[in-house]
Amino acid sequence: MKPINELRMTFPSRSANEAFARAAVAAFAAQLDPAVDELADLRTAVSEAVTNAIVHAYPDELGPVTLTVQLYENGRITLRVRDKGRGIENVEKAMEPLFTTGGEERSGLGFSVMQSFTDRVRVRSTPGKGTTVTMDKYIALRAKARP
Amino acid sequence: MKIDLKHEDGTLTALLTGELDHHTAGDMREKIDAAALSGRCRRLVLDFSGISFMDSSGVGLIMGRYRLMQTMGGSLQIQGAGPRLERMIRLAGLDKLPIWPENEKNERKNDHETHQ
Repeated sequence: MKPINELRMTFPSRSANEAFARAAVAAFAAQLDPAVDELADLRTAVSEAVTNAIVHAYPDELGPVTLTVQLYENGRITLRVRDKGRGIENVEKAMEPLFTTGGEERSGLGFSVMQSFTDRVRVRSTPGKGTTVTMDKYIALRAKARP
Repeated sequence: MKIDLKHEDGTLTALLTGELDHHTAGDMREKIDAAALSGRCRRLVLDFSGISFMDSSGVGLIMGRYRLMQTMGGSLQIQGAGPRLERMIRLAGLDKLPIWPENEKNERKNDHETHQ
């Protein structure tokens, strides 16, 4: 299935861009007329993925983070956050709740939150090359909610 | 992002306003910890009633302040968390920590029983 609309943007891994990514996703996804709670779930999920890229992919430097948002006719919204950072050695381990390499002020809940707030999360990572996190969220379609 | 700190009778109350994410959490943490340590407070109250967004960075902030107050021999209390923050807090298991006011604690207990 082809998306009916797509947003792609790349920004440096500055933490100020966490709020920007949330706002961009919310503004773009508004075309499908999601409910307030659905929009809040998308904002939270993208915030976690972008923060992971900023904190873990590029711990000592700035690098590009590419955010893609795809809207589908059946109400699916696909969020993809890609970085070219250091990658994850063991994705399964990284996705365990409370596991973190980010120091004691990080909760280790990023992937758990993404899984709880969206319908599907996929993570592909190559050490030294980068990580791509893809999330699908299905929203309830209402009348006239067509871009 | 805004933080209002009030110190009264050994209790430090931090009223947090705006969006709480990884970007804003660092600044909040520094301000809260500086005030808690310099005021030697026995009780820290984090008031989330002005928070419009929080991701898991907020969980890190709560856990870190809980540990700080433990090392100082004091206590932490959370108030003003709306339904969305509650969901995040429950996901993290923080609802099991003794950081809730008495009245909310009872509501939480009843709520758990209803859901089980």
